[in-house]
Amino acid sequence: MNISLLVILPLLTAIALLFCKGLKQVRTVSLIGAVAQLALAFLVLILYWNERSAGNTAQMLFELNYTWFAPLHINFHVGVDGISIAMIALTAFIVLAGVLMSWKEDRMPKEFFFLLILLSAGAYGFFISLDLFTMFFFLEVAVIPKFLLIGIWGSGKKEYSAMKLALMLMGGSALVFVGLLGLYFNTDIGGGVHTFDLLQISQMHIPVEVQKMFFPFAFVGFGIFGALFPFHTWVPDGHSSAPTAASMFLAGISMKLGGYGCLRVATYLMPDAAHAYSWIIVLLATIAIIYGAFATMMQKDLKYINAYSSVSHCGFVLLGIGMLTQTSITGAVMQMVSHGLMTALFFAAIGMIYNRTHTRMVAQLGGLLKMMPFISTVFVIAGLCSLGLPGFSGFVAEMTVFMGSWQNPDTMYRIATILACASIVVTAVYILRAVGKTVMGPVTDSHYLSLKDASWNEKFAAGLLIIGIVAIGVAPFWLNELITPATDTIMQHAVKLVTIK
Amino acid sequence: MGIDFFILMKQELLIALIIFILLFIKVGSKEWKNEQVLNIVNVLLLINFAAGFFGNKEGMLFNDMFKTNQLIVLEKCTLNLGVFIISLQAYSWLKNHKHVLEFYMLLLCTLLGMFYMISSGNLLMFYLGLELSTIPLAALANFDLEKRKSSEAAFKLIMSSAFSSGLLLFGISMMYGTAGTVNFTELSQHLDGSELQLFAFILLFAGFAFKISVVPFHLWTADVYEGSPVAITSYLSVISKGAFIFAFVAVLYTVFKPLADIWYNMLFLLSVLTMVIGNLFAMRQNNLKRFLAFSSIAQVGFILVGISGSSQAGTASVIYFILIYIFSNLGAFGVIALVSSLTGKEGIEDYKGFYKTNPLLTWGLTIALFSLAGIPPTAGFFGKFFLIMAGAAKGNYTLIIIAALNMIVSLYYYLRVVKAMFMDKNDQPIEKLVINNYSKLALVICVGGIVLTGFVSWIYDYIYSLSTGF
Repeated sequence: MNISLLVILPLLTAIALLFCKGLKQVRTVSLIGAVAQLALAFLVLILYWNERSAGNTAQMLFELNYTWFAPLHINFHVGVDGISIAMIALTAFIVLAGVLMSWKEDRMPKEFFFLLILLSAGAYGFFISLDLFTMFFFLEVAVIPKFLLIGIWGSGKKEYSAMKLALMLMGGSALVFVGLLGLYFNTDIGGGVHTFDLLQISQMHIPVEVQKMFFPFAFVGFGIFGALFPFHTWVPDGHSSAPTAASMFLAGISMKLGGYGCLRVATYLMPDAAHAYSWIIVLLATIAIIYGAFATMMQKDLKYINAYSSVSHCGFVLLGIGMLTQTSITGAVMQMVSHGLMTALFFAAIGMIYNRTHTRMVAQLGGLLKMMPFISTVFVIAGLCSLGLPGFSGFVAEMTVFMGSWQNPDTMYRIATILACASIVVTAVYILRAVGKTVMGPVTDSHYLSLKDASWNEKFAAGLLIIGIVAIGVAPFWLNELITPATDTIMQHAVKLVTIK
Repeated sequence: MGIDFFILMKQELLIALIIFILLFIKVGSKEWKNEQVLNIVNVLLLINFAAGFFGNKEGMLFNDMFKTNQLIVLEKCTLNLGVFIISLQAYSWLKNHKHVLEFYMLLLCTLLGMFYMISSGNLLMFYLGLELSTIPLAALANFDLEKRKSSEAAFKLIMSSAFSSGLLLFGISMMYGTAGTVNFTELSQHLDGSELQLFAFILLFAGFAFKISVVPFHLWTADVYEGSPVAITSYLSVISKGAFIFAFVAVLYTVFKPLADIWYNMLFLLSVLTMVIGNLFAMRQNNLKRFLAFSSIAQVGFILVGISGSSQAGTASVIYFILIYIFSNLGAFGVIALVSSLTGKEGIEDYKGFYKTNPLLTWGLTIALFSLAGIPPTAGFFGKFFLIMAGAAKGNYTLIIIAALNMIVSLYYYLRVVKAMFMDKNDQPIEKLVINNYSKLALVICVGGIVLTGFVSWIYDYIYSLSTGF
């Protein structure tokens, strides 16, 4: 299995898109590309499963290592473990759903789908990279498509949001850049030769003071991508101005780049510093969770509601990472997958409502269930998943994070856990209020009565995401089994190095 | 002498030959059409570029005054390529110009001067090359004969050049006074770091800083860039700058190696100043040529970070970056030159809604700007990454953090142009432009270069294998 196909396939799709003429061809090519991505992701999953059950215990499977810039020891090194596979599957789901959701996009469709597919190529490349240079390369590849998607096809104050997002994410990657260079020049693979190779660096013992110096750069840098408080301000603006598919990509995929980077690069490679700074991470994550939840209460626009609740939910990811127990990190990864699916579904539902009613204001909506039962159901499901109802993925993920956090015996950490738990109540309030007002009750505007329910493409997209959510909610052990070996490795590594010190 | 003479100096001789051919065309009785002349010149320049790749040899000539090796040949090839692209881009402007032959004669004279400067093994030879490359350039800046601004630019250029030459000569004479030699290899053995010698070194350094417009010696840049014809602006900002940086690196790394501690600190300070001030001023510009002038000042700041690395990777990354910079900056200037020659518009405001009417040109300009900003997958990303990485090897992370922050600022103003083209509405956008084949070819070369130079790692590997450091 050549794992780099995951990058090559979207790139080929994007190149094919350049030669398309007319809306029909563009749609067909993007749909074929997205379906092929999903098929490929499943193929990778199955092959991975087979290898593991055949007893292959290597840390990374399907490794490929090509020399790229030999004098600087930069390699194109890729491979996957359970965490990457989960992220890849998530990406494939959202890409297909996003393409289906933007089926009706007739304003410069070629450019639109081209950028969407390019964004997905960046995400896949990031998740499979095992070389820090390659990883950074793909991280930045994913920034510019977002800028153009929001700025050209967005709504509201789109130019401002696009610029803010691009600059803040660029700021994040600038910090990551400093962190990576600092790490690079403190590695030694013999003879004073440095390396960017993730696996090789994890085998070395980077001096603790070096870790302490560069961990903040890497963690905050990736954290900006993952809505780390107080660098979360691009999230509400970016999400609310973006077109539906771009919101889905942004919240579903691109914020996960941050969480994944915090875990894989910052925490895994610099475990001593992660221990030393974990209280700051936990503090910031708790603030994000509570602040996000209360800020959501104040919002009147559906997209802003979902965007702020994303800040709160992504706080759980960082909380899980900061708690540094095996269960909490597993929970963080699960929360990434769950939040990706759930928030994409939420944005899809909001997009469908907005396309029909042309408003996203909660106050102006009402009684949609009568005209659009399907869309309303999707909206309710997304809401319930978001507030953590058992049976959906949100419950499983948040529960795991809380259990893992509680395992951390420190008193202050337990207080943080309790506070984070309590935020669920606030979540329930804003979700139920928003859902109740828009879906139930009397119809607020008479012209809503003539509106139509979801079309086939929207039904497919929503169905796809709901399958994912329910599958994780009902059978979380699949995901758990997939992730646990990988988080085990990360934790063992961290513990081992800590005891050496 | 003998055959070696011709092989070692093949690039200089070829350019001299082209100048003579043009001279004969000029004095001949036959009247040539502008199109014919331009076709001939472009073919000659292409041959000139291609010839650089054959029969390379290392060696010295004229009592060590002229030296050449693989790396120097590569640097000259890079410059030749840039001149070829500029010549293609200038086609639509020169087609109706009265003095095409003179333009090329002067242009090639400056290129010849730069070649001698890069190859020099002696301070006097270096000065000779430098002057040969500067004086015709001032005449070229005045080539928009009807425009007052063009004459103003030429005058500013010649004044500031004269001033910097003065500094340089003063430095050279004191250097000679303290070391007793002007030969590079002997000079490096006679550097003792006495106060007078340091003063001489600072003067020399300032002379260079003038030429590559390092802050605070950058004040001439924006006005000259704005007033000159676009072809000359791009020549100044890419070729001339590139040549001086090549020479600068060589002189610093070989001749002034004993003073490395001193110039490291100077480079640190100047690179920070150059990046910050270049960026801050670029943010406020509304004329695209001025905008690119300030952004190119900021780019020099990044190059200085790479130079401060003083390793093999440092030299390699600087040369690699300049190669990429030629593609990116000329890509941007190519589009601007085309628009300016056909419509006369140069403001960022004018480019609003450009995507609606000229999608291909917009993508070309966008890719070039992204490459200048250092966004992957364009080559600019690799160039900047390696430059800053070379600087980081010294362990001075303050400099690296400042450079990284400056990349964000620079992204802002490049995105401003992209935003204007893609997102802003405009009632009267620039109409659909008819692009001639030469400009098209130039744009294709630039975009191809931007896309390929990064991914294709053997280009960097090759440059690295030729580079030296300490």
